[in-house]
Amino acid sequence: MYNQTDIIKDTTNLGPEGELVVNMGPQHPATHGVLHLVVTLNGETIKKIEPHLGYIHRSIEKMCESLTYRQFIYVTSRMDYLSSHINNTACALLVEKGMQIEVPERAKFVRTILNELTRIASHELWIGAMAMDLGAFTPFFYAFREREMITDIMEDTCGARLTMNYIVPGGLMYDIHPEFQTKVKAFIKQFKEKVTEYEDLVTGNIIFQSRTKGVGVLSAEDAISYGCSGPVARASGVSCDIRKIAPYDAYDRVEFDEIIETEGDSFSRYLVRVKEMNQSIRIIEQLIDNIPEGEFVGKTKNVLKLNKGEFYQRVETARGELGVYIVSEGATTPHRIKFRSPGFSNLSVLDHIAKGSKIGDLMATMGTLDLVIPDIDR
Amino acid sequence: MFLKDYITDVFNGVSSLLKGMRKTGYYFTHGKEIITEQYPDNRATLKLADRFKGEVVMPHDENNEHTCTGCTACELACPNGTIKIITKFDITPEGKKKKAIDAFIYRLEMCTLCNLCITACPSDAIKMSANFEHSVFDRSKLTKVLNKPGSKIKEGIE
Repeated sequence: MYNQTDIIKDTTNLGPEGELVVNMGPQHPATHGVLHLVVTLNGETIKKIEPHLGYIHRSIEKMCESLTYRQFIYVTSRMDYLSSHINNTACALLVEKGMQIEVPERAKFVRTILNELTRIASHELWIGAMAMDLGAFTPFFYAFREREMITDIMEDTCGARLTMNYIVPGGLMYDIHPEFQTKVKAFIKQFKEKVTEYEDLVTGNIIFQSRTKGVGVLSAEDAISYGCSGPVARASGVSCDIRKIAPYDAYDRVEFDEIIETEGDSFSRYLVRVKEMNQSIRIIEQLIDNIPEGEFVGKTKNVLKLNKGEFYQRVETARGELGVYIVSEGATTPHRIKFRSPGFSNLSVLDHIAKGSKIGDLMATMGTLDLVIPDIDR
Repeated sequence: MFLKDYITDVFNGVSSLLKGMRKTGYYFTHGKEIITEQYPDNRATLKLADRFKGEVVMPHDENNEHTCTGCTACELACPNGTIKIITKFDITPEGKKKKAIDAFIYRLEMCTLCNLCITACPSDAIKMSANFEHSVFDRSKLTKVLNKPGSKIKEGIE
């Protein structure tokens, strides 16, 4: 065991002349969670970034192996807690695929609407948090005003604000709230009025622009080779929207554009997310009046047993591609489960794009990667 | 050319800042459009959603009767081992043995409020209540027995 003075005296592990090693996190307020970055600096220029993970490891994959196919869904809400509905949908879709369960149309439509509401809520929180990273405090409250309307809708229908656990294999846990449609329409109306405020406050702001334009540039080739997905890859000009490539639920019945920017810098990652929110509104508008009547959950057996074999399902969360892989031995619990989380791949690119830039730019780069640490660590 | 770019940059910068300040000023003068909940002070009027998942409760009617048969479906459905049901055998007036619950133990500190026990229950004996203020000084106070003392099962529930 070292004590404090021993570490100061220990001069054997110092780097080359002029290098400074700064530990950012695990409790740094600007890192959005318990992420530990070991940043090697030369003056103010970043030479190397080493992310250290494991501070919030809960061994979710191993936990899921001892839970049945109904039970393991709730755990996945705790991975990427900002898009918990989408995580739950991925697991439910996989169980449905493995057991050939028919999902009623009503459930499919409601799932799609809720997924898009979750995506908007996640991007709203991201706008606020990232603007706060860059020193703008008020956009946080503007973003949370609209997000509050979504959490109210979630509270009405699902009974919880963050970890809903509303989606079950075969459909939904219970029917939507009678006021669901009117509340969603009221949200759409308010969102369309107020979204211009973000443009005034953040997008057009000269300080914001000069801090994000040309910062943390990621080329399309690197985005592919590092396995980036979601808005990070789309800002570099890579088309990777799972909703377009492999549509699930009701995404094949709606029209929306895949937002692609080509600059690859922090500002275009910002633009992709803001434009994506408008596309999500467009999807919800097409579905909200056409929710078909009927059952909200399909017929399932009491005990769910997946067929023997391997199953994979991928969905587009607010951060990118989430893949769920299950090896089933035909028992009531999965033999092996693996999550391919978008945050892990997006974090791995941080060292590459932040190298050579200043330490102040690291905040902008890290903020626009939209890291959720429990999603990275699981 | 450089000087011209520089001056345009300065003017654009100032105008973009003023644009943002105008928005902030608007809300400064329009106080009624700000929505904030004064939480601890508005306890009397606070209304939560009727589906809000706060904790598991077992409703009892006026005769102190519940509808739990002790089938342990909720215990099996729970992912965390939050629920433990201890059963006993009641002697009916006809002299037959009948299974009934002795204690429905619910450990709130382990509960993730996933609602799986509620959907598993065949006789609607338990439900979620909207009470969310759970902080106590001792952890053992979070272990609750949901069936009230002296309560018995409602007639006709098998």
